[in-house]
Amino acid sequence: MSVIFLVLPLALLIVAAAVAAFVWAARRGQYDDLDTPAIRAVQDD
Amino acid sequence: MLDTAERFAHIEATDVACSHCGLVVPPGYVEPGAERQFCCIGCRTVWSILHEHGLERYYQLPDRSEQPVRSTGRRYDDFDHPAFRSLYVSESPEGVARVELYLEGVHCGSCVWLVERVPLVVPGVLRAELNIRRSLATIEWTPATTSLSSIARALDSLGYPAHPFRGMAREQHRRREDRGMLVRIGVAGALSMNVMLASLALYSGWLDGMEAQYERFFRWTALSLTLPALVWPGRLFFISAWAALRTRTLHMDLPIAVALVAGFTRGVMNTVTDTGPVYFDGVAMLVFLLLCGRYLQLRGQRAATDSAELLFSLAPTTARVVGPDGEVRETPAEGLVPGDVIDVWAGDTLPADGIVESGVSSLNVAMLTGESRPVTTRPGDAVYGGTLNVESAIRVRVTQAGEESRLAKIVAQVEEGARRRAPMVLLADRLSGWFTAIVLVLAAVVAAAWWHVDQSTAIDNAIALLVVTCPCALALATPLAVTASIGRAAQRGILIKGGDALERLSKPSTLILDKTGTLTEGSHSLVAFEGPDWVKPLVLALEAESSHPLAHAFREGLGLTVLPRVEESRHVMGAGIEGRVAGRDVVVGKPSFVLTTIGADRTTIRADRAITDNADERKTADQATAFGGTRTPEASALSSARGLTEVLIAVDRTVVGRALFGDAIRSDAAAAVATLKRAGWQVGIASGDAQSVVDDVARAVGIASGRAIGDATPEGKLAIVQQLAAEEPVVMVGDGVNDAAAIAAASVGIAVRGGAEASLAAADVSLTRPGLTPLVELIMGARRTMGVIRLGIILSLAYNLVGVALAMFGLINPLFAAVMMPASSLTVIIVAWRRRTFAEGAP
Repeated sequence: MSVIFLVLPLALLIVAAAVAAFVWAARRGQYDDLDTPAIRAVQDD
Repeated sequence: MLDTAERFAHIEATDVACSHCGLVVPPGYVEPGAERQFCCIGCRTVWSILHEHGLERYYQLPDRSEQPVRSTGRRYDDFDHPAFRSLYVSESPEGVARVELYLEGVHCGSCVWLVERVPLVVPGVLRAELNIRRSLATIEWTPATTSLSSIARALDSLGYPAHPFRGMAREQHRRREDRGMLVRIGVAGALSMNVMLASLALYSGWLDGMEAQYERFFRWTALSLTLPALVWPGRLFFISAWAALRTRTLHMDLPIAVALVAGFTRGVMNTVTDTGPVYFDGVAMLVFLLLCGRYLQLRGQRAATDSAELLFSLAPTTARVVGPDGEVRETPAEGLVPGDVIDVWAGDTLPADGIVESGVSSLNVAMLTGESRPVTTRPGDAVYGGTLNVESAIRVRVTQAGEESRLAKIVAQVEEGARRRAPMVLLADRLSGWFTAIVLVLAAVVAAAWWHVDQSTAIDNAIALLVVTCPCALALATPLAVTASIGRAAQRGILIKGGDALERLSKPSTLILDKTGTLTEGSHSLVAFEGPDWVKPLVLALEAESSHPLAHAFREGLGLTVLPRVEESRHVMGAGIEGRVAGRDVVVGKPSFVLTTIGADRTTIRADRAITDNADERKTADQATAFGGTRTPEASALSSARGLTEVLIAVDRTVVGRALFGDAIRSDAAAAVATLKRAGWQVGIASGDAQSVVDDVARAVGIASGRAIGDATPEGKLAIVQQLAAEEPVVMVGDGVNDAAAIAAASVGIAVRGGAEASLAAADVSLTRPGLTPLVELIMGARRTMGVIRLGIILSLAYNLVGVALAMFGLINPLFAAVMMPASSLTVIIVAWRRRTFAEGAP
């Protein structure tokens, strides 16, 4: 059971990485326009 | 009146489809034997551009919509002007320039494809990106290789007239705010989910027993995750609560902040002392859910405030100023001053108000006044900025420019209208103030009452009450239901900008409809042709070469492909065409022009006007005279000439026929009006057209004549709406710039399809499908949405009431509170998403 002392912080580190990735994406404006990219993906040749 | 079958008896369609847009090619444009046929020059241009640059794949795109290309043919020289560049263009040190353009005519996914392929069409363009929801294109190019004007010309020839986007400063701010909010939600979400997991371990330990070291570990984990959630995303609530305290107002954020601080402080105390519940899961979840609700609300309000900026972007940016030496220079419209003399070419939008100095032309003033007929202007006439010069070049002396112009004043009124909506928000705040006060008082009462019974649980119970009453579900109910409905409505071609519009559309009140373009088709079509069939080819041959709107209606109305040869022709501005076709003298045009040309006796006409003693008739006659028309014996035989434009046809000096042009009433108008009236709405008309015309339309669609108001200027429409709005909510439905101010001032403004972009910008709702059926669908959908909102509010209040009762009697425990709070939110979410508010076949 004491493995939790190691695993939980490790899991939180992964969460931190995910949050950092999200913040990076949001600040770079990747969520600014949620309509057009969907159309673009379908049409690109 | 002619019956419908007779009216359209002579109108046949050709079966030749345009190679670009797929619509029917008007007869005058059909090239016999050619493989490719085009309905207009615009479509031909786009077709050749696409083929030149290997972009034929455009024609295989799945969602290509059929619309003829509407390019203006402007030169866009002003886009290269240093003043323009300093205002709208940003340049990077590497020599890459960047601009945001507002494009007209963006309507479907294929537009994205086409606009983003501009780098292939214009060398030197590095990147083109289109935001379809807002019709904003971001263009990056190297000024060394190409100029912005050539990029704008390319976009224009593809059918997307470009305007500089004039709201950049606010846009930057808005983007920062949006991104900040998203980051907050993401962080709060991740933290609260993990606090929840830690708490889950604590709860299960609480039930089954857990070693003290693990319990302490989970407590400290939850604490260390909650703290950042409070100081980073949660800071928003503390700032707002602090602001409410300083201005001594009660705000919903106040009990939220108190609950967050109290819950967290108590949790920290219990963590340090290793006793009792910690509340961290509740605190973190509260921050996350409230932020979600707030974000949805923010996005809703956003769309509503964009309007004025887009409208402003539409005003013409360029003017051709005639210098003292007679030289014509293209300069930014912002620089115009009264006294300047400007040239306005055919197809140009007037950049300012003024007086015509020279030149005769016809103007399309529908944008400003709603008058559907082109108005002839002569030297000495007053003309207004924003109207479109249709026929030929005129020279205008500017009397009012910029802020002083009539268009600018209407724009200002639109902004004013958008601001005026604030009272509704204030009311909501005041209501939440009461909620706040009650919750705070209750919490204090609970704490005080329990203090006498059991000091150890008094604070816990008060905190439990604060947490459990926190209006998570309450705050989510409205934005969620509104967002779900707006999404569904968008799929049905109904674009709603804000939730408040749905709320006000749910209760029947007064509905004012514009006539031109709303109840009617909005364009001139041939409604009646009287005369022998052999006349038609002669007329069409003459009209085939004209760019006049009536000539276009002739081509669409008379379906003929084989035309006789025109030997000679002469166009008389604002009057008509005369010429020699197949050996015969043909004159087509206004009655006065035709009669003068063939030398008819004018006294017969005056005698005719004397016998029309009916008041309405006389008014129409006067109206006709005002537009240069005169009534003829033939015309007086038919009272259906009211509101119709009359064109006489003379062959070899004898009047042989006449054509009547009018604006046909939409086929679903009468049914829609009837449905709305049955639902309890008071339906009326406000139009810029003559009273007699408006009365005719009102009768046809079943609107009481007392509710049909004609001769209304844009300012007049605004006054009507403001007067009505003072007493009860009023809904304005319209399509032109002339309706924009009224649309903005109304409680709810609705723009119909095919309308001017200005009215689309000012409206709370725009309908992208033609006709009035979507209007009925919108109003019925709004009513259902309000039902869903009410259900959500009732459910969340029920949860809150039960929670308050339990907390007051000290029956609530942390596990129960933790389950109950998300459960109430979940119920509301399910209700909002499951209900069909706007759907195919919904009644």
